[in-house]
Amino acid sequence: MKPPPFEYHGPRDLGEALETLAAVGAHGKVLAGGQSLIPMLNMRLAAPAHLVDINRLAALAVVRETPAGVTVGALARHSEVARCGAHPLLAQALRLVAHPVIRNRGTVVGSLVHADPAAELPAVLAVLDGSVRLASVGGDGVPTDSVRRDGVQKDGVPRGGVRRDGVQRDGVPRDGGGGVVALPAGTAVRDVPAREFFTGPMESAARPGELAVSAHFPALGARTGTAFREVARRHGDYALAGVCAVVRLDEDLHIDAARVACIGVGPVPVVVDVSGVCERRPAVSVDWPAVAAAVRERTDPEGDVHASPVYRLHLVGVLAEQALREAAREAAA
Amino acid sequence: MTTKLFGEPVQRREDPRLLAGHGRYLDDLGSGALAVAFVRSPHAHARIRDIDVAPALDVDGLVAIYTWEDLPERVGRPLPLLIPHPALTHGRTAYPLARDVVRHVGEPVVMVVATDRYLAEDVCALIEVDYEPLKAVVGLEEAAHGAALVHDDVPGNVGAHLVQEVLSAAGRGAAEAIEAAPHTLAFRLDIERSASTPLEGRGVYARWDGTDLRVYSSTQTSTSVRMAIAAALGLPLPHVEVIAPDVGGGFGVKIVHPWPEEILVPWAAMLLGRELKWTEDRREHFIAAAHERGQVQHVRVGFDDDGRVLGLDVTILHDHGAYTPYGIIVPIITATQLLGPYRIGAYRVEFSAVYTNTVQVTPYRGAGRPQGVFCMERTMDKIARYLGKDRTQVREVNFIQPDEFPYDQGMIFQDGRPLIYDSGDYPRMLRMVKELIGWDDFRPAPGRGIGIGCYVEGTGVGPYEGGHVQITSDGRVHVSTGLTSQGQGHETVFAQIAADRLGVPIERVSVVTGDTRRFGYAVGTFASRAAVMSGNAIALACAKVREKALRIAGDALEADPADLTISEGLVHVAGSPSASIPLSTVAVLANPLRYAFDEETAKATQFAGTASPDRPPVAEGEEPGLEGRGYYSPIRSTFAAGMHAAIVETDPLTAEIKVVRYVVVHDCGKLINPMIVEGQIHGGVAQGIGGALYERMAYDADGQLQNASFMDFLMPYATEVPRIETGHLETPSPLNPLGIKGAGEAGVIPVSAVIASALEDAEGIEIDRMPISPSELFDLRGG
Ligand SMILES: Cc1cc2nc3c(=O)[nH]c(=O)nc-3n(C[C@H](O)[C@H](O)[C@H](O)COP(=O)(O)OP(=O)(O)OC[C@H]3O[C@@H](n4cnc5c(N)ncnc54)[C@H](O)[C@@H]3O)c2cc1C
Repeated sequence: MKPPPFEYHGPRDLGEALETLAAVGAHGKVLAGGQSLIPMLNMRLAAPAHLVDINRLAALAVVRETPAGVTVGALARHSEVARCGAHPLLAQALRLVAHPVIRNRGTVVGSLVHADPAAELPAVLAVLDGSVRLASVGGDGVPTDSVRRDGVQKDGVPRGGVRRDGVQRDGVPRDGGGGVVALPAGTAVRDVPAREFFTGPMESAARPGELAVSAHFPALGARTGTAFREVARRHGDYALAGVCAVVRLDEDLHIDAARVACIGVGPVPVVVDVSGVCERRPAVSVDWPAVAAAVRERTDPEGDVHASPVYRLHLVGVLAEQALREAAREAAA
Repeated sequence: MTTKLFGEPVQRREDPRLLAGHGRYLDDLGSGALAVAFVRSPHAHARIRDIDVAPALDVDGLVAIYTWEDLPERVGRPLPLLIPHPALTHGRTAYPLARDVVRHVGEPVVMVVATDRYLAEDVCALIEVDYEPLKAVVGLEEAAHGAALVHDDVPGNVGAHLVQEVLSAAGRGAAEAIEAAPHTLAFRLDIERSASTPLEGRGVYARWDGTDLRVYSSTQTSTSVRMAIAAALGLPLPHVEVIAPDVGGGFGVKIVHPWPEEILVPWAAMLLGRELKWTEDRREHFIAAAHERGQVQHVRVGFDDDGRVLGLDVTILHDHGAYTPYGIIVPIITATQLLGPYRIGAYRVEFSAVYTNTVQVTPYRGAGRPQGVFCMERTMDKIARYLGKDRTQVREVNFIQPDEFPYDQGMIFQDGRPLIYDSGDYPRMLRMVKELIGWDDFRPAPGRGIGIGCYVEGTGVGPYEGGHVQITSDGRVHVSTGLTSQGQGHETVFAQIAADRLGVPIERVSVVTGDTRRFGYAVGTFASRAAVMSGNAIALACAKVREKALRIAGDALEADPADLTISEGLVHVAGSPSASIPLSTVAVLANPLRYAFDEETAKATQFAGTASPDRPPVAEGEEPGLEGRGYYSPIRSTFAAGMHAAIVETDPLTAEIKVVRYVVVHDCGKLINPMIVEGQIHGGVAQGIGGALYERMAYDADGQLQNASFMDFLMPYATEVPRIETGHLETPSPLNPLGIKGAGEAGVIPVSAVIASALEDAEGIEIDRMPISPSELFDLRGG
């Protein structure tokens, strides 16, 4: 369980990182927290020729909260995002992600790009209709030979300090625009909405040469509550099935809008809008079996060594009801 | 007398070292060694057509590549069958490197030596092995069907077949007794595979200096590894030393030996004249070490209106994996320990150990007992359910009574000796466990159930262990024993015994285990035997040293040794501490010297006036030094026992299972250290919870292990293990001087039975297989 040979790049700033990524193109992989990538390398399930380590890019270690929502930079660790409690649903989801040591290194953006169908954060982005900001320079025509050699280390040992305290709740955006990360001039940027970002199991819209610099989680409106429910075999494991819910109540505390995103039951987070089935009723009198059925209808779980498809299908309905009721309670509170 | 230590909860002396990261495990050694890695079979069953190493030869840092054809005759032989048995008519072991057929995924095919492990794995990835896939035999039923064979020359895949039958007092066989019984039940039980999965895998580090071979191995038996290596490499035994450094868990898998790597690494180290090291990684451990537990049992039982068992007939299909290096110890233990604390009318047990194209099966903590106990305890619960009786009542009427010991179960145990229980008090133990869990006050409710499980464990099996105790001229006590430690706390309990026996503060006692340089004769650490065997051997060695110390001190103090005692390291006349001599001085006097190297030793030189001029300095029949050796070899095993009870809750919607209380009452005879016994129980219960609710080896039909990582093999975390409440009962063993029985494996043994019992109570569904996941419980509920 040792990785196949690769060339290690430790860019010192964003510009260098983007150039390196452009140069290595499809042969490169971004190394963020390494909590998913390193195991895949060690099991030789992935064999990129180049690793571009972004851990020195302190500018990416930011979390910014504005009325529009929370923007999380690519180097913000799970634990830092959870600690600053930026977004209620993010915080609820992060409690279910892995264990403290993994959360101390794993990044929110890395988890989104990794796009595990059982991971919590993609569902959060999906249910909130958030987006991921992808940046690149040049295009991938540059031959690998021309890779800048400074900062390249072959031994795989990252050098230099990684900023540990880089989370700022209201850092001033240096680009003066919508992003929290200042991008060098000439950088191509695209914001990809969640529904287009997750393209398959472990597949996202991020292209070779692109760096996901941040993700944006839109704020909740008034009288809106959220919840995340899942069943995992062990504490902190990836879920067998999970559901996160966002419920908005009207002034009479009847359900105005209700959305869920389900994990572990499809190739990507399955978003289901159940506002219609809730029929503008108060939570107590909603036809919950009908809601569960509507959610199950949209999912198509597979079986594995941990659970059968039938059980997962059952679970997703149960969890949808639980998450929606809890979200409705929160919205009313 | 020094403060009493035996029986006290002395803090584990090894913990500061191990917890602070100062342990020295196999991979902490040999930083300059070349690295070894293996190309392992990706097929469960295949013929090797060709091995092409050419594509790998250009890798920078490659040192050597070996296949079976490169091995000399001695090294290339099939590995030894460690425990032959007449019933094992078709025992088979692997070649150290596959010869022409591979029989499970993970079998070593090519050995690679390179300057580091990364490069060694790069080389492995480039070597091309051409396989002709053969039909894989997976699963007990398919194996027993015998249509496809794991070994061409083993018909029906049956390696061993054994029947034992004990007649009832009236001379009836089981079939007849069941036939004649007022009530009968018949059912089938299934137990899945699991494995020891120590946190540290296996590993071997070898150094050859041209004359002497030193091998470090993460093993449970360094003495036997040493003999195996010497034999395989044709080296004289005195030129081979084997040391078990700190070992990060064994749980049975490291008692198997020699592993292919234990032969191949030293062999190549000698050939290359270089230090070599192989450290097993997690994936290798899953697919190339050993598993256990897999059985299917068909049970028939006849009983009377009170639930008394009149006849029991159990037919076991035991999955032995691809090879039988450890013989048929596991199914033998299942068959013989199945009876537990009960006197059964007539008993017949039959097992077939069958080969499958999966990792070989060898003992894992509990070693066949969890399956036997599952069978017996499921039987008790089913009888109670059938008769509408309380489950503990049915157990009670079947118990062996305290006045019936020694109790002969009429069978032959795993040590080849009669299965005779030495002591115990099962009715009292049941009262204790019921009280602790509140059995009589428990009110069942849907989704909430209580369960119980009882077992007897033969512990402290022979043939022997030894101990060496030496007091040096600085007053320190050095204890060594040949068996090994894997975290059990031997450094503490053996020091407690020595300090107690010799009257010295425990701080002055140090303990070394598993180092053949210090002690060459030993069997190993398994079968809950270390405390019983080495504990008693060390006590016997201490008695010799003490006797000698008192004699020498008697001379010096001009007192009768019979009037002397030792406390705080001082020998003195009992009751008058004024006339005393420190043990350090006694140690000096015990070793007459010509040359002094300090003030203390000057007392033992020829002009010091301490020796009588009329006697030889070392009297006839005496030896210099204050040291002694003791060996303990019991006539047969001692029998520990325990009863566990648990309360579980199940979620009506998600079918999740939660253990809300877990209670253990345990009897291992005299307790040397109750805290260490509790620690052993906790660890065992944790593994038991794993076996009951989480762990399985998920082989697909092609013999691929689908969950060969800690991501998917669900070893429980601390968050999944309930708080464990313990009670101790002490019925001393009459078989050994210390009155102790083993405790190492106990915790794991009845857990599956207990959880099944509680789940059945909570759900009202019969639970006949383990482990059980929420998904499976959901299915059992009818989806
Ligand atoms: C034992 C264990 C349990 C876990 N349990 C859970 C769980 O319950 N739920 C859960 O959601 N996760 C779980 N994880 C995964 C964890 O959350 C990871 O941190 C996360 O999936 C990936 O984040 P990372 O920063 O470590 O990414 P890395 O491992 O560094 O990278 C993952 C992938 O994303 C790419 N990538 C990362 N960052 C970027 C970027 N900025 N731009 C472009 N590409 C990028 C990498 O190239 C790679 O392909 C677990 C991990 C472990 C080891």
